[in-house]
Amino acid sequence: MNDENMTNNTVISAKNLSLTFQTNDGPVHALKDINLEINKGDFVSFIGPSGCGKTTFLRCMADLEQPTAGEITVNGVSAREAREARAYGYVFQHAGLYPWRTIGGNIRLPLEIMGMDRAAQDAAVKDVLDLVHLEGFENKFPWQLSGGMQQRASIARALAFHADILLMDEPFGALDEIVRDHLNEQLLDLWARTNKTIGFVTHSIPEAVYLSTKIVVMSPRPGRITDVIESPLPKERPLDIRDSPEFIEIAHRVRDGLRAGHGDD
Amino acid sequence: MKNLFPILTVLAAIVGIWWLAVAPMNIRPALDIVERGGAVVMPEGSVVRRDVNVFKLMLDNQTHVAVGYDLKRPRLPTPKQVGEEFWKTTGAMVAKGRAWSKRSLIFHAWVTLQSTLWGFFLGTTVGIVGAVAIVYSRVMDRSVMPWAIISQTVPIVALAPMIIVVSNQVGIEGRGVPKAIISAYLCFFPVLVSMVKGLRSPSEQQLDLLKTYSASGVQSFLKLRLPASVPYLFTALKIGIAAALVGTIVGELPTGAISGLGARILIGDQFGTPLAIWSALICAAILAGILVTAIDIMQRVTLRKMGFVS
Repeated sequence: MNDENMTNNTVISAKNLSLTFQTNDGPVHALKDINLEINKGDFVSFIGPSGCGKTTFLRCMADLEQPTAGEITVNGVSAREAREARAYGYVFQHAGLYPWRTIGGNIRLPLEIMGMDRAAQDAAVKDVLDLVHLEGFENKFPWQLSGGMQQRASIARALAFHADILLMDEPFGALDEIVRDHLNEQLLDLWARTNKTIGFVTHSIPEAVYLSTKIVVMSPRPGRITDVIESPLPKERPLDIRDSPEFIEIAHRVRDGLRAGHGDD
Repeated sequence: MKNLFPILTVLAAIVGIWWLAVAPMNIRPALDIVERGGAVVMPEGSVVRRDVNVFKLMLDNQTHVAVGYDLKRPRLPTPKQVGEEFWKTTGAMVAKGRAWSKRSLIFHAWVTLQSTLWGFFLGTTVGIVGAVAIVYSRVMDRSVMPWAIISQTVPIVALAPMIIVVSNQVGIEGRGVPKAIISAYLCFFPVLVSMVKGLRSPSEQQLDLLKTYSASGVQSFLKLRLPASVPYLFTALKIGIAAALVGTIVGELPTGAISGLGARILIGDQFGTPLAIWSALICAAILAGILVTAIDIMQRVTLRKMGFVS
């Protein structure tokens, strides 16, 4: 492989990426020599135990964290330039909706900051509310919605300005199993319709296998990639695909990867 | 309205304790008066009684205790006496069309209210501007915050005359401005502390979110920090307005002011008319209640409009 071939289709590229935090107890190697290519339209999950650097890696892509060595490019430019060009939407673990803004007002927040005119804002809000199945909730305040609905609203907020990349940091981690299944299904549907490139941090094996085209298994101390699995599952995935032998086999491989990385404790 | 019953219960308890306290507080002057009137008092002589416990005096002179409830210059006036005096200097004056006379508490309350509102306005402005500076500047955080705390340890009674002298020196006429400054001195602190807390209340995640939109500093102030601080601001305003009123009254006490509730308290003390002191105090309490309630209503309306659930 050479660089010219990759850049055509490559959205995110990390080369020998390392990040070391200096703490009072000495340096902590959050990420060490990470190499990864994410292609356009990929759904990439990052899975691993806490401390493996999966969130830190996602935050490096978003320019919320500065790597101490190596290089990361997003859409062919530096992470900082990509952030300033508003190349991605970011979904945090907690919905973090502003309590003083309605659902519509929350979704409008990035659009106001980006200086979109009012009519275009209204149209965009309506579009993304449809996309996350929250029609009719535009004028409700966040406290009037359930946790799952709030998280959907925060996904809508990340989608509203039509960035091609969606970065999601354990977005469903705080929700119960049933709501989570439901949102996973909706997320796949949304991904198929919008053709976005998605980076998704999780610590649930079934969630990672169900959603992803590519599963990145990570392990801690130092944070590194131990396995990258290209999923053979079809793009169309009903929930009961999770009982198929292929699914179970991939889940096994993920579990083995996690266990291998955990050998030292 | 559901608060009304507990408030009235507490009020009744206070008035009850007050009424009971009148007997021991006034027993000595009461006995002096009846003794001068020729009645038999145990023990005889004002000077001798000075060494006797008030409760023993009450026990030995049970028939004369009631006199203490109807003295012209009581040490502690009864609730009824204060109520009558209060009415005489407010409602009755209004009925006679003399609400703005120098003897009317309404006039004095108005003088105090004006300074209080100016001081509140000034103090709130200083508090908010200071908080913004502290949140956005490390230097301000390090240098101003300790001084703000130290400022509150200086007794305002000691500072008030100096502020009057200084403002006279720089040629400011009248007492309005120095009173407002003294009032603002007490008022700015709770606003400053609360606003610093409120402006810093957004979580890391909320700040990161704005960073992903590459929002400017002004945008993140207007769209995140400022609205997030509103609940903190209102809590501070309630303390601030009460502090501003106290500041104004204190500003009127040692400065030779002749109008305002503080001046009434001072004059009442100098002329030995406790009824005037007490009705001025009641008036100040009512004024404080009205001001705090007004801010409370503003708080409820604003927060409900903003979607904060209280």
